[in-house]
Amino acid sequence: MEHSGDIILKAEKIVKSFGGVHALKGVDLEIRRGEIHCLAGENGCGKSTLIKIISGDYVADSGSVTLNGTRYTKLTPIESIGEGVQVIYQDFAVFPNLTVMENIAATQTLMEHKKTVNWKHYREIAQEAVSKIGFSIDFDERVENLSVANKQLVAISRALLMSAKLIIMDEPTTALTKKEVAALFKIIKNLQASGISILFVSHKMDEVYEICDRLTVFRNGENVITTDIKEVDQKKFAYYMTGREFKQEQYTCAHPGETVLEVQDLGLPGAYEDISFCVRKGDIYGITGLLGSGRTELALSLFGMLRAKTGRILIGGKQARIHSVADAQKYGIGYVPEDRATEALFLPQSIENNMIVSVLDSYTDKNGVYHAGALRRLAEEWRESLHIKIRRLSDPVSSLSGGNQQKVVLAKWLASDLRVLILNGPTVGVDIGSKYDIHQILRDLAAQGIAIIMISDDLSELLPNCNRMMIMRGGRTVCEMDTSSTTEREVANIISDTAARC
Amino acid sequence: MNELSKRKWNRLLSHNEFYIAIIIVAICLLIEVRSGQFFTPNNLVDIVRSGIVPCIFGIGVLVVMLSGGIDLSFVPIAALAMYITNSVMLDTGFSGSIVVPFLLAGGIGIACGALNAVVISKFNLPTMIVTLGTSSIFTGLLRGVFEAKEKTASPILMELGSSKLFTAQNADSGLTSDMPSTLFILLGVVVVTFILLRYTTLGRGIYAVGGDPGAARRAGFRVTRIQFFVYCYVGLLAGIAGVTRTGMSQAAHFTSLLGTELTIIAATVLGGARITGGVGTITGTVLGAFLMTIVSNSLVLIGVPTYWQQFFTGALIVIGTGISVYQASKKYRGSLSLDERAKEELG
Repeated sequence: MEHSGDIILKAEKIVKSFGGVHALKGVDLEIRRGEIHCLAGENGCGKSTLIKIISGDYVADSGSVTLNGTRYTKLTPIESIGEGVQVIYQDFAVFPNLTVMENIAATQTLMEHKKTVNWKHYREIAQEAVSKIGFSIDFDERVENLSVANKQLVAISRALLMSAKLIIMDEPTTALTKKEVAALFKIIKNLQASGISILFVSHKMDEVYEICDRLTVFRNGENVITTDIKEVDQKKFAYYMTGREFKQEQYTCAHPGETVLEVQDLGLPGAYEDISFCVRKGDIYGITGLLGSGRTELALSLFGMLRAKTGRILIGGKQARIHSVADAQKYGIGYVPEDRATEALFLPQSIENNMIVSVLDSYTDKNGVYHAGALRRLAEEWRESLHIKIRRLSDPVSSLSGGNQQKVVLAKWLASDLRVLILNGPTVGVDIGSKYDIHQILRDLAAQGIAIIMISDDLSELLPNCNRMMIMRGGRTVCEMDTSSTTEREVANIISDTAARC
Repeated sequence: MNELSKRKWNRLLSHNEFYIAIIIVAICLLIEVRSGQFFTPNNLVDIVRSGIVPCIFGIGVLVVMLSGGIDLSFVPIAALAMYITNSVMLDTGFSGSIVVPFLLAGGIGIACGALNAVVISKFNLPTMIVTLGTSSIFTGLLRGVFEAKEKTASPILMELGSSKLFTAQNADSGLTSDMPSTLFILLGVVVVTFILLRYTTLGRGIYAVGGDPGAARRAGFRVTRIQFFVYCYVGLLAGIAGVTRTGMSQAAHFTSLLGTELTIIAATVLGGARITGGVGTITGTVLGAFLMTIVSNSLVLIGVPTYWQQFFTGALIVIGTGISVYQASKKYRGSLSLDERAKEELG
């Protein structure tokens, strides 16, 4: 309907293969001037490949990209930047060791082919860029000392300097807190008001609904749908992304068994105090609260990484001395951390090695020789039962998507003799299909009698999958409840309102 | 104290240069109090004199480290450049401009550095392995192909080394020391490198590559070219340092030079250069080099035997680098920072 002047980007019939893998099988994408367009899809659907083609990093096998009315079949990075395309990568591509000022200004002076540096000019450039998004920051601070949100704002300021017309944000909210996400969304809205188009790449449905005008979904390198966001509800959205229907019922535990883990008056000054709760066989016990509510420190104490100063922990009715991770493992406690990439996995190592690392000792004979065959069979079993999508067990873990990586972390613990499993943000950065799989796995484990503690921000994940939960605020328990008797709204109120109790 | 000056103060406290300066002052005072011989004109001149060559080397090491690499071959490069240059000067009886031996040695240094750079960029190998290999190659060339023997310096280099700015005398003992003119070579290296690092796009590119090579490439820096420059520049400085040393010691003694590379790298790290790249200053490097020089030169004044000097040098390296690693880790990890993070979240 609209004339071509309103269309800033039009990608047509883009095909791209890597070796024998068809990443994109003829996809289309159209972005209008001044719109916030969401590109959604599960990991491996071809989103990132298309971004790299639009930015000129990859050359498409066939198809064309039209930017501002000019059609390109072989787009180069310089041409793409010249047309006003800027990509904010997940790692922001900033220089951690340099100051805010230099990070913002360096690219522009490079584009002008300057041979020398004028620091006064740098400061002016940075000032100008930062004022565009109304953000104040110490220009002389090194970027490595900034919070993730501020790093991102530095990257956005830099992009704006390059007279951006289309800003592509690759999963921009992954590492942000709720407050920071809200601030980012305000900036995105302002950019939109000044006529800049945004391609917002994400698989977080609530965010997509909040910020986007239109939506394009990819699945396995093909277009599924392009539509106004108002036309799709959450269920349909999930179906478009995965091609599967998800029916998740409220988790309940009709016949809880004996108490596995009991915490009595546990305290660690500065982190949390007077925490008491118990988890029975069959329970999936939720813990939520703002970052800084003490929930992570509590989990780390149960896993022996921090040491509680007061109170006691009972495992199977007997007092447990948990002073180290080795102690926790001896009691059968497993921990799936917030940041699996750095805290739970050996990324360059094979999938198999990652799965068996926690049981290496028990498969080793007295001479220190381990049973490679038995371990391999064990890894195969877990791969089957957790539906991990991989080609070979010998591939490095870094080659897997977030969801599959998380399943490998689970396999690592399940291989050992487990009684309590603590998960901190179990599905952060995990796509919706794997998220569903992981929730099913947790329900199965609970049914087998493993006590499960699930820590999460995401109430839409916590409430349906836990039967009981606890809300923490400022290091204390403010509320313990059955999830069947509450709502997301009520819980959200208790979390953030400093006066609320239940 | 207002917010801004408080931040500046904190930044100063987080810099290694600050601590090195304090340690230097403390050691100087300690030696002075114990011996009364530290702040004598001849001792101070001696320290500056012994610091010149390590400083030139250190600045070369700094530039490589900033780019995120490491060079283990600069000392053999210096030995090779100095030996060949001195031999040529001796054989030809050269007596023209002093610039010529520097050009020759610098050229040899650049050629050796270029070899490092080609291997590193062509095959994308770790810089430590490559330069470890070439350092053996250069030493082998020196001893095998050139059949190097310890020689005295050629007349022109003798002249360079004995030229002095002034003579300092100790009023008590009557001992004298000459302040060598080669101090100007160090000053030249400092000024040129400072301008390079601070005011040229190339220099900022070195920092950028050391910070994140992927981001540097995306921002439009020519990473391979920058790396090429870096290894050639170290080669150049190694050549200059080699000739300077030959003049000052009046002999092309390469055996006592070989094997000193780790001390110089340690001095650079001590001066705050980050071994993973991207962070470091010339001030820090010069302070680090002089701290090492003071320790190895002046502890004898308070009667510390030679083998204990080695002990102190080692302790300094461990403690000094330990401080910088500890500071870095404090920033990222530990239960303390968890609390801080929590406070930030809530506040």
